[in-house]
Amino acid sequence: MQYAVIVYETDRDLDQRSNPATAQQYMAAYIAYSKALSDAGIARGGAGLLPPSTATTVRLRDGKRHVQDGPFADTKERLGGFFLIEVPDLDTALAWAAKCPSASSGSVEVRPLLPPPPR
Amino acid sequence: MNPDPVHAAVERVARASYGRLVAFLARRTGDVQAAEDAIAEAFAAALRTWPRDGVPDKPEAWLLRAAHNRFIDASRRDSVRDAALPELARIAQSAISMAETNETFPDERLAMLFACAHPALDAGVHTPLMLQAVMGLDAGTIAIAFLVAPSAMSQRLVRAKQKLRQTGIRIEVPDADELGGRLEAVLSAIYAAYTARYNDAGSLDPIAGGIGLEAIELARLMGEWMPQEPETLGLLALLLYCEARSRARRGVSGEYVPLDAQDTTRWDRSMIGEAEELLTRAARSATAGRFQLEAALQSAHVHARLHGEIDHEAVLRLYAILLETAPSVGAAVGHSTAIAAAHGPAAGLRALDSVGSECDSYQPAWALRADLLRQLGRHAEAATAYNRAAGLSDDPAVRQFLLARAATCGSSSR
Repeated sequence: MQYAVIVYETDRDLDQRSNPATAQQYMAAYIAYSKALSDAGIARGGAGLLPPSTATTVRLRDGKRHVQDGPFADTKERLGGFFLIEVPDLDTALAWAAKCPSASSGSVEVRPLLPPPPR
Repeated sequence: MNPDPVHAAVERVARASYGRLVAFLARRTGDVQAAEDAIAEAFAAALRTWPRDGVPDKPEAWLLRAAHNRFIDASRRDSVRDAALPELARIAQSAISMAETNETFPDERLAMLFACAHPALDAGVHTPLMLQAVMGLDAGTIAIAFLVAPSAMSQRLVRAKQKLRQTGIRIEVPDADELGGRLEAVLSAIYAAYTARYNDAGSLDPIAGGIGLEAIELARLMGEWMPQEPETLGLLALLLYCEARSRARRGVSGEYVPLDAQDTTRWDRSMIGEAEELLTRAARSATAGRFQLEAALQSAHVHARLHGEIDHEAVLRLYAILLETAPSVGAAVGHSTAIAAAHGPAAGLRALDSVGSECDSYQPAWALRADLLRQLGRHAEAATAYNRAAGLSDDPAVRQFLLARAATCGSSSR
């Protein structure tokens, strides 16, 4: 089964990762985690995202186009990135999600991937 | 599970009464779920009111009286699913009169523990079932301790109880001829309850930490109920050795402190004393099972830190027997640690190399490898191994500790 391990960071997390004084230490935990995923042979993809302040959101409503600076919703914890992993079951996916550094500060959401559409 | 000690003590009495009642009712109906459902509301009321009003004189009678209407409702129903309920109501009536008069309510929780760890049930559900049916923990709490989705945990528990009922598994203590294997399953399930909190939540999590205390309580009961079985004493000794040092695993600001740097004045000496005594009692028997061996190893480590001396040969012998009796990745990695302590880091590393691929994603194996590489002056490789261990850790304090070590090794390798 493939799962997305979706990382939500707090504003404090985001500050730590943007601040040059703390960025290296913050990212070291993520580098170690993502290396552990690939060494375990379960990593299938993923990406880290730049902070929500860099986001631009587009909507089409009743034929009208809306373009807005910033993320689609202002939330306490913000989408920071995701990992795609392939593991036998949800229990295993949760065990890996608990090892994700943001599990102890923000939140980590685990969701199964939609199966690919039939050809 | 409330951190306040008075509240916690009251809760313990409520959980014990709950466990006795569920065991009593389920033994006579074969239906654990119906027994739990029958007193669930009364139990919730007890958890709410007893801490405020005090524990009643006859806690089981209180619970049964509070559940009385539920029994009447039950006896009126006649759906297929509730076929056991009229019978349950009848049995509850006799339980009520017994609870009102008897000095102590019959304690059949031991039989219930054996049913929970029955070989017909999936081994993964043994511990959750014990925590629910015997200790009265809810599925949500159990799900947190085992890091499983709450809905999945509820489902597994429901299915396990269905299987107990449908296959007609008797809730009883097995006969002497099958006791050995069955007892091992019970003790292993209790041990799994204790270790769940380290594997998954870190010792700072109050819920997972509480599960650890429930496990010690269960081990204590097993020691009282079956003192003639040395492994029950071995298990309790093992848990007490671990628990006695758990506070010292954290420093003043919550940072991780490895065993060799722990402040031994923060160890609970009375717990260690109790563990030593249990181990001595267990050792009078001719056989040494897995839990006695592991407890004996803990004893050697504790002794080494307290008195600065360790009998390396004795430790290696204990590991050799343990690996024969109950082979596991944990024991193999522990054995490598002991070899390194006795014969140096190079020998330890060779032993670790021979453990094989099953420790590829086992955090303690990478932490040990890193330590040994560092001792051998192979700093760049040590840094890689520390990073690997950090990536496999789910405890933020441990992760920080390992990343800091990796950084130190990384800078001295340049």
